[in-house]
Amino acid sequence: MNLRRDVFQAIADPTRRAILLLVASQSMTAGAIAANFDTARPTISKHLQILTECELLQQEPNGREIYYHFNPKKMKEVSDFLEPFRELWEERFNKLETIMKKYKNKK
Amino acid sequence: MEYKTRIRAEKGKQELFITREFDLPLELLFKAYVEPELVTQWMGSRVVKLENHRHGSYQFETTDPQGNLHIFSGTIHEFEPEQKITRTFKMENTPFDVQLEFLEFEAISEDRSLLKMHVVYRSVNIRDQILQMPFAWGINRAHDLLQAIFNL
Repeated sequence: MNLRRDVFQAIADPTRRAILLLVASQSMTAGAIAANFDTARPTISKHLQILTECELLQQEPNGREIYYHFNPKKMKEVSDFLEPFRELWEERFNKLETIMKKYKNKK
Repeated sequence: MEYKTRIRAEKGKQELFITREFDLPLELLFKAYVEPELVTQWMGSRVVKLENHRHGSYQFETTDPQGNLHIFSGTIHEFEPEQKITRTFKMENTPFDVQLEFLEFEAISEDRSLLKMHVVYRSVNIRDQILQMPFAWGINRAHDLLQAIFNL
């Protein structure tokens, strides 16, 4: 069964995040990407496939080679993986603010 | 939309900064950190102990929806009312080492205040793991949801 790939799932993996950082600076072929990792080539291919399926990467043929491009539009959907951490604090502090406003009015 | 809470975490560093502006006078912001009843309300944790003075200690506990008990504790190293709290923080029964927290409270105006948190971790790796925890929970929730759909 081939599940539709989720962006969050795709970037949960550290190797895939490293690939994204790499390709974000310049488009590269699969071979050039794999040369940056100690991981076996088929493993990198699998990561590239996942990143392409969820549209974080786009393939573009150039002559006989296929170049991988970073898709910033898709990445924006994730915005930043710090975001859930920030939201957690935002929520907590909003609560503090609400509670203390009520406390002030009760006095 | 402008966010009220800001996080700064530079790559490769074992620290992070959290800043937040409150629509509250400094006095009330500080009170939220020292009155056990108020701490319980906004943190959602029971306050077992909270000794607001130099060399005091604190312990909070909370029960998650699965019924697991989580304990947070630490020691207070500096306590300057309406100015500064320096303390350690540890999540008991987790692999994460203790972290050091500097909390600074400032008045912006009569009814606005600022909190600056500087948190130092034992290693870059621990900081990054903690930063990613809420992100990982999000992923787990997505997984659970998928699982639930397929089990129908």
